[in-house]
Amino acid sequence: MSRASFSQRRNPAPTAIPTNRWPASLWNQNGLRWLVFAVVIGGFLILQSAWAEQRFPPPDFQSGHVLPTTTTPSARALVWQYVDVAVLMIALALASWFALKLRSRKAMIGLSLFSLAYFGFYREGCICAIGAPQNVALALFDSTYTLPATALAFFLLPLVTALFYGRSFCAGVCPHGAIQDLVLIKPVTVPRWLEQALGIVPYAFLGLGLLFAATGSGFLICRWDPFVPIFRLSGHLTILLTGAAFLVTALFVGRPYCRFLCPYGALLKLASQVSRWRVRITPDHCTQCKLCEKACPFGAIRAPAPPPPPATELRAERNRFLILLVLLPGLILLGGWAGSKFAMAAAGINPEVNLAERHLAAQAAESLPPLSKPDQQALARAQRTESELLPAALAVRRRLGFGGWILGGLFGGFLGARLMGFSLWVRRTDWEPDAGDCVACARCFRSCPQELLRLGLTPPELPHASPAPSGEPPPG
Amino acid sequence: MKPEHNTPPAVTRRDFLRAGLRGAAIAGLGGVAGLVAGRSTAEHLVWQLDPQQCTRCGLCATSCVLEQSAVKCVHTYAMCGYCELCTGYFEPDPIDLNTGAENQVCPTGAIIRKFVEDPYYEYTIDETLCIGCAKCVDGCQRFGNGSLYLQVRHDRCVNCNDCAIARVCPADAFRRVPASQPYLLKQTH
Repeated sequence: MSRASFSQRRNPAPTAIPTNRWPASLWNQNGLRWLVFAVVIGGFLILQSAWAEQRFPPPDFQSGHVLPTTTTPSARALVWQYVDVAVLMIALALASWFALKLRSRKAMIGLSLFSLAYFGFYREGCICAIGAPQNVALALFDSTYTLPATALAFFLLPLVTALFYGRSFCAGVCPHGAIQDLVLIKPVTVPRWLEQALGIVPYAFLGLGLLFAATGSGFLICRWDPFVPIFRLSGHLTILLTGAAFLVTALFVGRPYCRFLCPYGALLKLASQVSRWRVRITPDHCTQCKLCEKACPFGAIRAPAPPPPPATELRAERNRFLILLVLLPGLILLGGWAGSKFAMAAAGINPEVNLAERHLAAQAAESLPPLSKPDQQALARAQRTESELLPAALAVRRRLGFGGWILGGLFGGFLGARLMGFSLWVRRTDWEPDAGDCVACARCFRSCPQELLRLGLTPPELPHASPAPSGEPPPG
Repeated sequence: MKPEHNTPPAVTRRDFLRAGLRGAAIAGLGGVAGLVAGRSTAEHLVWQLDPQQCTRCGLCATSCVLEQSAVKCVHTYAMCGYCELCTGYFEPDPIDLNTGAENQVCPTGAIIRKFVEDPYYEYTIDETLCIGCAKCVDGCQRFGNGSLYLQVRHDRCVNCNDCAIARVCPADAFRRVPASQPYLLKQTH
């Protein structure tokens, strides 16, 4: 009734534009407030965002209404971070014990299941040791970044363990390793040359992750982690699909992420190559039966190699080694050059450089009125001025280029060293797990007839395992 | 029984090298740990966004790695005008001032409008419905008191090392804050 009269007063054709009919009850009861609202809108158009808060005074309630409080659910309590570190320490100790003393695959599977449940699905992949080197790198180069003590512990503990007991972390503590290991049903053998070539990738990824973390550009290793979205059961589609692809591959290729991508695995590999104690397949002596090689799904068991022939017969190896030694500085320079080129090209990952690039691109594409495109507003949104942004972005680019030289050079040198390693004669008398590649999964033990004898279980196919090697005595 | 080259010397060259490298690695790790230990904190850091810098772009709703963003709208009630025509609640041109979906700014109907006393209405957020799209925040900030704003809710945030929202935030509003004071709430002046 009152609405109709209001509409007729303001608009002679009330049904023409329904959205223009203001509710008359509002006008009648609260006309002053509505006027204020209109003034505020007008004022806003003139003053843009200069108008701050408290346009409308908070009410004085006559009914004694009590204001609700804003809830602030707290973050995970600090004590749980210490629990995480304690669980990590216990799990590392158990994994080392299972691999080196108990020699039990069943126990390792149990520990893997626990780690997958705790570090994987319960802690949702964060905190994790794989990303921790980035936090340490950022803390080293950025004095404003405060490193959480738990991140430091997650970086150090598995590495120190690897220096003494091998890759116990990979064996049964890492949820990424566990999920791949547990789904492995029909392992195929990756050709040795392919394994060698792909084995380089983790070092490049590690260098990339460290470089972009140290320059404050972002944590790429965490960003492209394929398994964390699976643990969380949510995430960006491309990463989820990558994770699914890795899992499907892991059905047939043992631990593809660990072997061919994991940057922390690369560090652990280096550490475990000089470890104090390590996995030993046979409990006493090797009968050269080769059964362990079949049992390893990760291609980590090396055949015995005879002692080197006399030096005069090693001319080809020596020449190759010398040529590589001469080429090494070139490799280092080439790696550094490529690394710095790549880092400069990818500098847009850094938010500062990205902002500057967008700003410059918007400036170059002039002819549009100001503040018309989101890109042009970027600078204003970030509350930065051009004079402070551009030098800062240039400094980041310089740091990325310099870091690219250093890390690329290291990578080139590493590559050269790997190639030179092929010319070195490594003598091996028994079938042994490779110090770096072995993830201490404990699969090979039960394949060894000597181990079965030790356990009092007669091996079904070798009832009279001879203690003396008879088949292929090492020549020499 | 065994060929003579199988009997190893007490300390082989390879063992010696390994021990040396191991010692160097431990020293190196100790050095790195010592360098960063001064900059480390026992307290954990968590992500939070500064509502003063927020531009209500809406990326919080879509960029979080969680299916439903960890960022949600919060309300500082002491700043609120309790307006009958709340611009955080109603579309700019509401057909009527009621709870009809066509009148509401919120795409999920997460704001609950409750009559308190004439002419005041109280607006509360149903966090199970809120997706952190900042549409209400924009309305409240532009035309109202700005008492509605976004915050990272720590019962939901998984505290990614590389926060996916912070990466795309056009206003650089995200930063790490101590876990003991994990919110940057607006205060009344």
